[in-house]
Amino acid sequence: MASNYSMYESKKLATWYFTVAATLFGAQLLFGLVAAIQYVEPSFLFEVLDFNVARMLHINALVVWMVFAMFGSVYWLLPDETGIDTVGIGLGKLLFWVFTAAVTVVVLVYIFIQVGPADETTIWFINEGREYIEAPRWADLGITVVALGFVANLYMTGMKGNRSGVVTVLMADMIAFAGLYLAGMFYSDNITIEQFWWWWVIHLWVEATWEVFVGSIAAYGLITMIGAHRKVVEMWLWIEVSMLFGSGILGLGHHYFWIGTPEYWWEIGALFSALEPLPLVAMFIHVLYDWGKMQGEESAKGKEQSVITNKPAFTWFVLNAFGNFLGAGIWGFFHTLPQVNLYTHGTQFTSAHGHLAFFGAYATILVGMMYLAVQGKNNIKVLNNTTSTIFATSMIVGGVVGMTVALTVAGYSDVIISRAQMGATWNGYFDAQGTTWLLQGMYWRLIMGVVTFTGFLFLAKDLLTIGKSANHVR
Amino acid sequence: MAKKSVWSDNRFWQRSAAWITGFASVLLIWLTFDTSGQIQMGTDADLKNGVTKRVPAPTVINYKITYEMDAKRKHEVPVIGEKEKFFGRDDYSEDEAAKLLHLGKLASQAKNCMNCHTLLGNGAYYAPDLTKAWLDPAWQETGPMQAMTGKSTKEEAIAEFLQNPSKYPTHARMMPNLGITAEEAKGLVAFLKHMASIDTNGFPRNFGKIQGAVNGK
Repeated sequence: MASNYSMYESKKLATWYFTVAATLFGAQLLFGLVAAIQYVEPSFLFEVLDFNVARMLHINALVVWMVFAMFGSVYWLLPDETGIDTVGIGLGKLLFWVFTAAVTVVVLVYIFIQVGPADETTIWFINEGREYIEAPRWADLGITVVALGFVANLYMTGMKGNRSGVVTVLMADMIAFAGLYLAGMFYSDNITIEQFWWWWVIHLWVEATWEVFVGSIAAYGLITMIGAHRKVVEMWLWIEVSMLFGSGILGLGHHYFWIGTPEYWWEIGALFSALEPLPLVAMFIHVLYDWGKMQGEESAKGKEQSVITNKPAFTWFVLNAFGNFLGAGIWGFFHTLPQVNLYTHGTQFTSAHGHLAFFGAYATILVGMMYLAVQGKNNIKVLNNTTSTIFATSMIVGGVVGMTVALTVAGYSDVIISRAQMGATWNGYFDAQGTTWLLQGMYWRLIMGVVTFTGFLFLAKDLLTIGKSANHVR
Repeated sequence: MAKKSVWSDNRFWQRSAAWITGFASVLLIWLTFDTSGQIQMGTDADLKNGVTKRVPAPTVINYKITYEMDAKRKHEVPVIGEKEKFFGRDDYSEDEAAKLLHLGKLASQAKNCMNCHTLLGNGAYYAPDLTKAWLDPAWQETGPMQAMTGKSTKEEAIAEFLQNPSKYPTHARMMPNLGITAEEAKGLVAFLKHMASIDTNGFPRNFGKIQGAVNGK
């Protein structure tokens, strides 16, 4: 595809978003390493940068880099889909700087102030102490403004330009994504009520709206990278939206088994969350099917070359199809039924699932989008792999899968000893933590974390230099 | 020419997506109303009249809480028993108890408990689950934690530990000093006691009931 990079400011803005996203991805891995070392050597940075701070930075950097990369992806694809530059691009650029500045301040406060006194000032200015959405309230308000500006740009552009199926899905999805954030902004002394609404944000993001976002991006990628037929791709997309929202919205119930909410959530949560892997299977089949079909059409014309115009990006898109199904689908299904979840809830098993799911479902496809941006920016017709691409991809994938396996083994120890055998007490917890399986699991997780981080260094190098490589078709 | 099939029609799938999403959302909103009603905090009058609430009033700190197998529900539920002294008193007014719980809940967020511990099973897995920590055998009169702090009641022992965690190491993995004041510690203990009284549908199972042998111990 001939690049239209220079024609659209939206694409330039997208690369800014991707740059910050990739930087935060590195920060996420770095603080993950600190936390992983602390599991093995608890005195590491004790009372300097404690586990709670490292872990907060690890998961917050994760959420924020993904949101940055998601915004970047939308700004990147809008001109291609609508045929016009993003309306309100000036606002978009301003909000980018506001967002980046806000994130920087939040991170510095996390690192240097860490915790505060038990009053409202801490909630407003330091952190809210709520997993994944710890950002203090001033930042919540800032993020809301930024998200609304982003949604406004998407709507204005979608309504003015050609509103394709992909853009229509994104418009419906992104307004829900932004709106849901509001559910996590208030405080309650009643922890059951608080966690009830907190899950509206976390679950309805990662198991509903973000998944639909991934479906849209995958659709865009298939059209751009292998020339898949838009009508077929968009039909699949609508089917995926039905299945994702049909299972994911009420699948929310699987977080309401044990937080004080009524027992009927057992049945609702079990039924709908058990269906959640189905659309992920569909997405997996869809990607491979379209690839085979387009390559087959090419072969029928007597041509032998690959239909893929961006090898690294397509690799990451295929990894997404597989990783989403494996990490979110299989590892999620393992412990989604209440009969199992009674024992697995809040153990290393959850952590194993979390690692593979966030990586497989989101990190992969967003890295793929970064490669698409590199291709467009450097005006390359066919982007091929470099040695760094191969090292980056295999080390990151190998590292994350390795961490997941290690945490799964550790998780079995945790579940069976701490929960099933010892009934989840203080002693039971430490008995499980001291078992050989869990200890070895934590060593392997650290080793695999180092592999992942090394892979990230290759990825960073590759994203910065691949455009200059000579082995592409220009 | 054969008529075009509805199954390959994008409009059909678009409408299906809209209807399914709408239907699921409406059902979720309806269930949310029902659940919200059931998880509102009870009142002091409920406690006095023996009315069971999923989330009891803050004045539950005036009572003894146990975690018992319910024959009908086939899992454990918190049972609120007779009066029990909490920091030497069992007559906290609604206002006093609510203030204490408010302070404790705020402290649990301000000190970022959730990024090491789990609360109601949610959080991080670097430290024990706190859902029923108030009922943990380790903190009872005969338990090692209470003995270690040299205090004569559970609430004083927990409060002492929270203020000086690294003074009482139990494992190589220790809780860091988070600058928790005496007043905040009292609030946190009230918060933990209140959380233990929440009906969590039997989670965690068999809490403190089994003192099994692990690794030959």
